[in-house]
Amino acid sequence: MTETLAKDTYMTTAIAGALRAAMAADESVVVLGEDVELSTIGCTKGLVEEFGADRVRNSPISEATVVGACVGAAASGLRPVMDLMFSSFFYVAMDQVANQAARLRYMSGGQVDLPLVYFAGTGPSGSAAAQHSENPHPILMHLAGIKVVFPSSPGDAAGLLIASVEDPNPVVFLLDLMLAGAKGPVPTDLEPLPLGKAEVKRSGEDVTVVAIASAAGTALEVAAELEEDGVSVEVIDPRTLSPFDWDAVTDSVARTGRLVVVDPARRTCGAAAEIIARVAERNWADLKSRPRRVTWEDVPIPFSPVLEEAVTVRKDSVRDAVLAGVEEKGAG
Amino acid sequence: MTAADNLELFARMARIRAFERKVQALFKAGTLPGFVHLYIGEEAVGVGACSVLTEADKITSTHRGHGHLLAKGADPKLMMAELLGRETGYCKGKGGSMHIVDYSLGILGANGIVGGGLPIATGSGMADRILGRDQVTVCFFGDGASNQGVLHEALNLSAIWSLPVIFLCENNHYTEWMRTEEITAGEIADRAEAFGIPGVQVDGNDVLAVRDAAAEAVERARAGGGPSLIEAETYRHHGHNEGEEVFSGPYRPQEEIDEWIARDPLARFRDECVKEGIATPAEFEQIQEREGDLIEAAYRYAEASPMPAPASALADLYAEAE
Repeated sequence: MTETLAKDTYMTTAIAGALRAAMAADESVVVLGEDVELSTIGCTKGLVEEFGADRVRNSPISEATVVGACVGAAASGLRPVMDLMFSSFFYVAMDQVANQAARLRYMSGGQVDLPLVYFAGTGPSGSAAAQHSENPHPILMHLAGIKVVFPSSPGDAAGLLIASVEDPNPVVFLLDLMLAGAKGPVPTDLEPLPLGKAEVKRSGEDVTVVAIASAAGTALEVAAELEEDGVSVEVIDPRTLSPFDWDAVTDSVARTGRLVVVDPARRTCGAAAEIIARVAERNWADLKSRPRRVTWEDVPIPFSPVLEEAVTVRKDSVRDAVLAGVEEKGAG
Repeated sequence: MTAADNLELFARMARIRAFERKVQALFKAGTLPGFVHLYIGEEAVGVGACSVLTEADKITSTHRGHGHLLAKGADPKLMMAELLGRETGYCKGKGGSMHIVDYSLGILGANGIVGGGLPIATGSGMADRILGRDQVTVCFFGDGASNQGVLHEALNLSAIWSLPVIFLCENNHYTEWMRTEEITAGEIADRAEAFGIPGVQVDGNDVLAVRDAAAEAVERARAGGGPSLIEAETYRHHGHNEGEEVFSGPYRPQEEIDEWIARDPLARFRDECVKEGIATPAEFEQIQEREGDLIEAAYRYAEASPMPAPASALADLYAEAE
C-alpha cells in the first residue's frame, strides 16, 4: 500500500483513502451501492473518476438483491465492497445477510470463500430518528459467519478497512456516524490492521472500560477527568466485534478487577451483555465489584434531540458507572 | 442433435428420476434425515436448460434442487452421501438436501429460501461481466419465488447492467400447498416486458423445447445481449415435500395429477424418439437400468460412508486469511 494521508485526517477521508488503496492493489475489488459515485458521506468520493464506471457502480435501491449479488460475485471471483449508506437498511436485506452471506460457506462444508465487505454508516447522527439511527452490531455478532468491524478512529478505520477487503470472509464494516467528522492521525503508508485485535486506548489500574466505536472517545474523556480524582481507568476499544478479542478484555479485568462496558446499542442482548457474561465466566474470582453497562434504553431511537439524548449513551452515565464500580464495597 | 445427444438427454432425466425414486423410498423407510422436495415430473426443465451449458457456466438452484444439480453434472454419490448426512457428502453433512453446492461444476447452490438464488445469480453474472468472461448463469426459481420482491430487483439490476443471466422459472402451478394462479397476478413470463428484456413461455415437459429456449437465451447472454426470462410450465408429480399428506390432505384434483402424469417428460420424449427411429424401447430400458444401477451404487457408497465427527460442526465457518 502506497497511499499517503495527512496526519490529521477526517474519518471519511481515511476510509476513502483505504478504499482507493485497496482498489489500486487488487483489480478484483469493486465498489457498488446507492450513490457511490456522488458519495453523500464522502467515503467513496473520487473512486469512479479514478477506477471507472465498471468498478464503481451506482446501484438501484434494491438492498436485498445488491447484498445478495455481492455473495454471488464474491463466489465468482470479485471482491465487492457494497455501501449500504445507513446500517438500518441491513434489515431490508436481512435474508441475504443472514441466510445467504453468513451461511453459504459453512453450509457448503467450506467449499467457497466469500471475500466481500458491506459498509454502512451507523448509529444516531442527530435527529435521524428510528429508521436511520440503528446500530445492528449485536444482531450481526449473533449470526455467526459475518465479521463485524466497528472502529473508533480514522487510523484504525483505514487499517481495518484494508484488512476487511483482503479478508476471505463477509465483513460488515460500520462507520459510527458520530465520528464521520472526527479527525485523527493516519499512517502515511497504509497497512492492514488485524481483525479480531482490540487496542488498549489508555492504560489504567482501577477499572477496565470496554467502549465500542464513538463510545471509546467518551470513555477516554471520562478517564482523563477521573484521573484528577485519583481513579485510574483502562480503556479498551475492541475495534472488531466478530471475531472478538476476549483475551484483551479478560486479561485487563484480571488486573483491575472491575468492568464497565459502554455499548451504543440497546441493552437487551447487546454486545455489552455478551462481554459481561464472558467476563463473569472467566474472571469471577478477579471481580471486586459488579460489572456494569452503559447502553441505550430498550426503545427505538426517537427524533427529538432531547429524547434522543435521553436514551443513548451519555458521558455522565459512563462516569457514574465507573465511579459506582470503584466505590462499591464487599463484592467478589 | 444427433441420436446420441437425444439419448444423453434421456439418460440424464432418467438419472434424476432414479435418484428421486430412491430418495422417496428412503424417506418412506424413515432412513433419511430431514425433509425432501422431489423433482419428479420436472426433469425436462433442468436437463433441457443445462444441456446447453458448458462446465464453466453456472447455475443457482432451489429447495427442489436435486434435478438441477444432477443435470449440471453433480456426482450422485456425493449428493446421496450429503442427503444421508455423511462426512463424504458434498457439504460434509452440513448442508443436506436443500444446500448442496459444487463450485467446481458451477453449482452455486441449492437454496432453502424461496427466491434466495435470484440475487446470487445476479452477482454471478455481474462478476462474469466485470471480469470479461463469456460465462452465463442460469437461475432456476419457482412460481412461488416469482412473487418475491427480489425477482423484480434482480431483473432490473440484470437488465440495466446487461448481465449474462437466464432467469428460468419452473412454474409447477403450486406454491407450497396453494394454487399459484390464485395468488399471482398476470403471467410470470410477461414480467420480462416491464424490464425491457425477452420473456417466453415454454412447455416445461418438452425437453427439446426447453433446450431450444435456453439455447437462444444463453447465446444472447454470451454475446453480451443481457438477461432473459423463461417460464417453463410443468408439474410436480409428488407433494411440496415428502410426507406432506399427514398434514396437507389432498389439495390437488386427481384428474389434474393424472393429466400431468400422462404428459410425463420422460415417457413423452422416449415415445417421440422411438417414433422417429432414434432408438428402440429396449434401448431406453437399458438406459434406465444403467442409471438406476448408478443410483443404487451411489446409495451404497453413501450408506457405507462414516458420519461426520461431531467436532467438525465447529469447522468451516470462516476461511483463513492467506
